[in-house]
Amino acid sequence: MTREITFSIAVNEAIAEEMRRDPTVVLLGEDVAEAGTPFKVLSGLVEEFGTDRVIDTPISEPGFMGIAVGAAMTGLRPIVDLMFGDFLYLVMDQLCNQAAKTHYMSGGKLTVPLVLRTNMGATRRSAAQHSQSLQALVAHIPGLKVAMPSSAYEAKGLMKTAIRDNNPVVIFEDKLMYNDKAEVPEEEFLIPFGEANIKRIGQDVTFVATSSMVQVAEEAAEKLSAEGISAEIVDPRTLVPLDEGTILESVRKTSRAIVIDEGHQSYGVTAELAARISEKAFYHLDAPVIRMGAMDVPVPFSPALEDLTVPTADGLVANARKICRGELVHAA
Amino acid sequence: MSETRQHNTDDYIRMYKQMVRIRAFEDNANRLYLSAKMPGLTHMYSGQEAVAVGICEALTIEDKITSTHRGHGHCVAKGANFREMFCELLGKEEGYCRGKGGSMHIADQSNGNLGANAIVGGSMGIATGSALTAKRLGNGQVTVCFFGDGATAQGLWYEVMNMAALWKLPVIYACENNGYSEYTKTDEIAAGSLVARAEAFGIEAFQVDGQDVLAVNNLAQQLAERCRNGEGPFFIELNTYRYHGHHVGDINRDYYRSKDEEAEWKKLRDPITNFGKWLEDQKILSADELVALNEEIAADAEAAVTYALSAKYPEAHEVNMHVYADNSA
Ligand SMILES: Cc1ncc(C[n+]2csc(CCOP(=O)(O)OP(=O)(O)O)c2C)c(N)n1
Ligand SMILES: [Mg+2]
Repeated sequence: MTREITFSIAVNEAIAEEMRRDPTVVLLGEDVAEAGTPFKVLSGLVEEFGTDRVIDTPISEPGFMGIAVGAAMTGLRPIVDLMFGDFLYLVMDQLCNQAAKTHYMSGGKLTVPLVLRTNMGATRRSAAQHSQSLQALVAHIPGLKVAMPSSAYEAKGLMKTAIRDNNPVVIFEDKLMYNDKAEVPEEEFLIPFGEANIKRIGQDVTFVATSSMVQVAEEAAEKLSAEGISAEIVDPRTLVPLDEGTILESVRKTSRAIVIDEGHQSYGVTAELAARISEKAFYHLDAPVIRMGAMDVPVPFSPALEDLTVPTADGLVANARKICRGELVHAA
Repeated sequence: MSETRQHNTDDYIRMYKQMVRIRAFEDNANRLYLSAKMPGLTHMYSGQEAVAVGICEALTIEDKITSTHRGHGHCVAKGANFREMFCELLGKEEGYCRGKGGSMHIADQSNGNLGANAIVGGSMGIATGSALTAKRLGNGQVTVCFFGDGATAQGLWYEVMNMAALWKLPVIYACENNGYSEYTKTDEIAAGSLVARAEAFGIEAFQVDGQDVLAVNNLAQQLAERCRNGEGPFFIELNTYRYHGHHVGDINRDYYRSKDEEAEWKKLRDPITNFGKWLEDQKILSADELVALNEEIAADAEAAVTYALSAKYPEAHEVNMHVYADNSA
């Protein structure tokens, strides 16, 4: 049985189910208890699990991140709620120097099973410190896993897998998608990490799209199909581990690839994916791999400017059209 | 306040032995560095032995500690073996961390040592989180967070003290005040008093002579017991001294610390010499027995060094092992 639920309810259900299943799962963060977070994603959890397990913290991101690392090393499975992805910079030492490296540095003796759930996504008119998509920052660090759910279905299945994973996992939720609905089974399900989803089957061009950009890719694919261009959409679902095989297989079939992610384009997720495709499927390609990330500028406040900074369906359609017709996207 | 556990002579002898073991370990580590047999650098714990031993002797094997870049003393005091420790320092497969951590990341989870840390203050969150686990699981464990005076300048400490106090966590913040933050006198970079900083969070704070193993141990026993009764957290400032440079390579150090100052601490305040004298005065051990103990430990340490020097390095295929833990949950 499936029903339609919002992304936000999907996250809530995943956490509630795992907290019922495993008493060592605890939630920590600012305003996670009675307030249920500013986005109301966690509403109702404190009523069911109490303040011993749904713990409101002071506004001390490095502090509660560090506490989660220690708790994870000693027998709990903490879920850390980081209110905005932009605050990742505050927890970098605890996340990247401590959580990510502990298992390796201890020769495999200590483990850090924790989930850091945070968000990403611009166009909410929130300006430069509440709009960033910083997945590349953490995907760069060995020892961390990174999940990017693209709908309520993925939000639930990936969160449950993340909570059961014995490693630190960072989940980026697009804060503009919390009210988007999707079909989600009523029965329990998990989505394994490292398994991409072919969201749409096509022949002419592959769109590798993450999180919110899957929607952009779908909209573009619709428009292109009216013009006779058939696009395939691959959603990696987790950046680390990455299902390179599914991406390469798709590109070998279509011979063209556009990679779309909402992080800054330079040195970002799109750069990594494009490089892998170019290195490993080069002789199958009929056109250069095109990257579409956010502009390399701090996210501006003015709607007139902000909307220019993120990849759009129209931009994707234009690029796809060009590479499918053998035109240059970038001057030779 | 709970009663202090009565010591018997075995406890005293073990404390003495553990301090001597730390000193012997460090003397050998220093020699390995000076003879270019040890990769990298290391920070000597010599001089501070009464802190690690006084505290760890008040803990059970299940209790947890977090340690620092100057962490060999904590590791030995919490129960580690010489062999696995030297193997780790030399990057050998049989090291506590299979050679992947080295001196600054040595961890021994079998004895409750959650690891040294190369980020000054980096383990303050971990220790507090370990105490959160103990409280949540109700397992009665106490966590001791060792850190230096220099680390009190890290904001993380204030964040986690706040939460530990709010949530009444069984954690003891143990500041080993050896007077120096690397090559700077900590007095020059620390305002006010450390004790007052902890007290500002409503945390009961103590100062103790970190060269007096019995004083440290008595206090640690009381505080560990009180933590188990839900009265934590606590803060202890232990006044102590490091005999060597900041690390083994810090040899010419007159510009920040005088030779006279060093000589005076070593002559008058050595934790091992002074406790040895006390044991003699109390007729617990004779002078000859003390010498014999020292010799036995020195021989153990040397044997472990010899073993570690010829032990094998990890195989190349280990390089990308343990980046991620296997999944089972
Ligand atoms: C975050 C951070 N900053 C700086 C350093 C370099 N560093 C290593 S040890 C040290 C001094 C620490 O002093 P203290 O905490 O008193 O410990 P001690 O060395 O005296 O044992 C410094 C500055 C570091 N490792 N980490
Ligand atoms: Mg110091």
